[in-house]
Amino acid sequence: MKALAARRHHRLAPVVLLLLALLTTGGVYAALAPSTAKAETVSTADIETGKKLFQANCATCHGANAQGTEGVPSLVGVGAAAVDFQVSTGRMPMQMNGPQAEAKPPQFDKEQTAALSAYVASLGAGPAIPTDEQVDPTQGDPSNGMALFRTNCAMCHNAVGAGGALSEGKFAPALWETSERNIYQAMLTGPQSMPVFNDANITPDEKRDIVSFLVEQREGSAGGNALGALGPVSEGLWAFAIGLGLLIGAAVWIGAKSS
Amino acid sequence: MARAAYQRGDDVAMKQRPSAVGKAADYLDQRTSIGVLVKELARKVFPDHWSFMLGEIALFSFIVLIASGFFLTMFFDPSMALVRYEGEYPPAMNGQLMSAAFQSTVHMSFEVRGGMLMRQIHHWSALIFIGSIVLHMFRVFLTGAFRKPREINWIVGLTMLILALAAGFTGYSLPDDVLSGNGLRIIDGVVKAIPLIGSYLSFLIFGSEFPGDQVIPRLFTLHIFVIPGLLIALIALHLFLMVLQKHGQYPGGGRSDKNVVGYPALPVYVAKMTGNFFIIAGVLTLMGGTMAINNVWNYGPYDPAPVSAGTQPDWYILFVDGALRLMPGPGFEWVLWGYTLPMNILIPAVIVPGILFTLLGTWPFLEARATGDHREHHVLDRPRNRPVRTAVAVALFVAFLVCALAATNDLIATHFALSIFAITWVLRVLLFVGPLFAFFVTKRVCLALQRKDRELVLHGHESGRIVRFATGEYVEVHTPLDPQEVWLRTQHTSPRPLEIKPAMDARGVKRKGYRSDRRWQRLSEFFYEDRVEPATPAELAAAHSHGEHDAIEARTPAGVGQGTSGPRTAGPRSTRPGGTGPGSSRPGTSGPRADGEGATGPGEEPRPGSKG
Repeated sequence: MKALAARRHHRLAPVVLLLLALLTTGGVYAALAPSTAKAETVSTADIETGKKLFQANCATCHGANAQGTEGVPSLVGVGAAAVDFQVSTGRMPMQMNGPQAEAKPPQFDKEQTAALSAYVASLGAGPAIPTDEQVDPTQGDPSNGMALFRTNCAMCHNAVGAGGALSEGKFAPALWETSERNIYQAMLTGPQSMPVFNDANITPDEKRDIVSFLVEQREGSAGGNALGALGPVSEGLWAFAIGLGLLIGAAVWIGAKSS
Repeated sequence: MARAAYQRGDDVAMKQRPSAVGKAADYLDQRTSIGVLVKELARKVFPDHWSFMLGEIALFSFIVLIASGFFLTMFFDPSMALVRYEGEYPPAMNGQLMSAAFQSTVHMSFEVRGGMLMRQIHHWSALIFIGSIVLHMFRVFLTGAFRKPREINWIVGLTMLILALAAGFTGYSLPDDVLSGNGLRIIDGVVKAIPLIGSYLSFLIFGSEFPGDQVIPRLFTLHIFVIPGLLIALIALHLFLMVLQKHGQYPGGGRSDKNVVGYPALPVYVAKMTGNFFIIAGVLTLMGGTMAINNVWNYGPYDPAPVSAGTQPDWYILFVDGALRLMPGPGFEWVLWGYTLPMNILIPAVIVPGILFTLLGTWPFLEARATGDHREHHVLDRPRNRPVRTAVAVALFVAFLVCALAATNDLIATHFALSIFAITWVLRVLLFVGPLFAFFVTKRVCLALQRKDRELVLHGHESGRIVRFATGEYVEVHTPLDPQEVWLRTQHTSPRPLEIKPAMDARGVKRKGYRSDRRWQRLSEFFYEDRVEPATPAELAAAHSHGEHDAIEARTPAGVGQGTSGPRTAGPRSTRPGGTGPGSSRPGTSGPRADGEGATGPGEEPRPGSKG
């Protein structure tokens, strides 16, 4: 320590300190920053395969180099997460023009999807596909997830994710069947009408809480059949269809012998 | 009698000592003379029909509401104090901040034994309660059961409907969840839209700016004390008037405005009503036990910021919500002398329900005036015989349906893959065109059905048998209707438009009050311009005396043509022995308008005025 103390007035000391500070900051950043961790290791071969798949299936609309055409977005910088979401839910390649691209059985298998993602990710940095740990519902807090869902998501997707209507035939889909990974990716990339909830807006942990809340909703309702979780309208319909239906049936039966 | 024998010390009578029940009844009777009332009520005759039980469904679901509501008050805490929910279930609520009202609702659902069941029974009963009231009102309206002397009871019933809506809405708001809070916010907006006093009224209701911390305790007092108290009082009045005026009955042989044909209350209706009560309570419990309703923990504790997709009120308020959704916003917010008049809220939320309830409240009086009718009516109308009234009912229903659909526009959009804007525009047009179209079609259908009745009475049922005469002429044989069928189709009168005195009197002086008379006449013309006269006895006689027809009928084998169905009983105890009604007369001979005076058969009760 004595040696250090002796040299603290050395004229190079500020430079050394600055270097140390930079190193520490860089090191901490490298350790703590949202990792663009790759779910699968990407090879150049994957990118090549992805490029071929892209040119065969996507380039018509998105352009030969994914630069986009009129009315069709550029894919440079959208990241692997966006491609994985769109392709693995079957939304892309789009079946037909409509108010919005609808989910359908996916057209590509897992490896092809990964190759496409790798190719698009290679065009420019963007959100990566989340790891299994990031979307593990058992590690999330459903209570916090619900509070976040209520303030950020429920106005379109309904209080428990049963879906809802948007303008001009667009809609927020029901989330009963959506995979945990896709829910996370949708928040991260904001597909179609959905806004982007980036990691500063809703942190990765909070995203996992939301996933955890949504998965919990799939267990059903404590009070019996949830009737689609659509609220008072479906309840009213059932009140008439089942309740008053049965009661009027009983009334007809009781009054049948007369009049 | 037993008592007298007892006092005499008669040996035989002593052996048949009065039972414990008998003794208790006697004890009560000696002190209250209640036996007179019991005797009167037990022998009371009521007509029977399934549609008369719609009101009963309302009454019994109200009893279930009181019983389950009593349970809920034991565990509900009507406070807006901020608390933190601690409980393993539901996981989404654990550790959340909420009002004590919401916390106690979740607590009673998950921690109190039977709490969830009771909450759900209570909510389902509320939906069924109002549903059955509305169906009951449709029955009363369509059959003209609101006519003299029942106008007061119609008003009592309408008041109860409004109270039931208030009960439903105050109860729906109590858990203080996001969904009901959104509803309360809309009410707040509507109240604030009222010119001049709106903002004062809003502060009066909420005790401060919305939502404040006062409204839940206030709604609680209304919900468990004021509204049910008024409802119970009005139900008592409603039933008292029903017993006093005696129940109306559907037309049929032997039934007139001067009698009641049916069964006595004891034992028939006591048994039927008890059975029906258990059926209703059973169905409501089954629904409460198997079908989730209003899972407030799905919506979360109230917070003014979020409004989730699929936010709708319970079904009976849907029409107001729908009207609000259909109303265009721009251009309807008028600023007059610096005051904002938000017609975009006042029209759908105040004027539309105002029109509905004013029309319902004044209808009995309007119709009586337009008909020039001051008679008592105890035989109900067949809806087809009053085309305009029936058409108005259907038009109202269509308007209600269009508004209710508008309130569910987002669900329609997602479930049928439609554009929400397109739905709104279609429903905006339908709100005006739909009821008019429904009115026109219903009126025409009613008139056509009346014509068909006439046709049937005069010419009988088509038998499908073609007969050729010796001369080569072909004729289809028609089977005459039996007397009951004829009675049903000819017993009514078809009102004509009012006739008024001319504008000038004999000396050419303008008559005072002519313009007012003319207005009523116009209304009357609207009601009764298009009419079908029921077949008269003379027409019937004429129709049956066609030489050819008689000839055919004489030739047809037994059992087809001739009146095989002589006097037929129309159910229990309805035909009078040797009566004067059509039940014992050949169709068309004595005419169906013979009154039911005279022979009072068993199960018939004369109306007050007819005792003579």
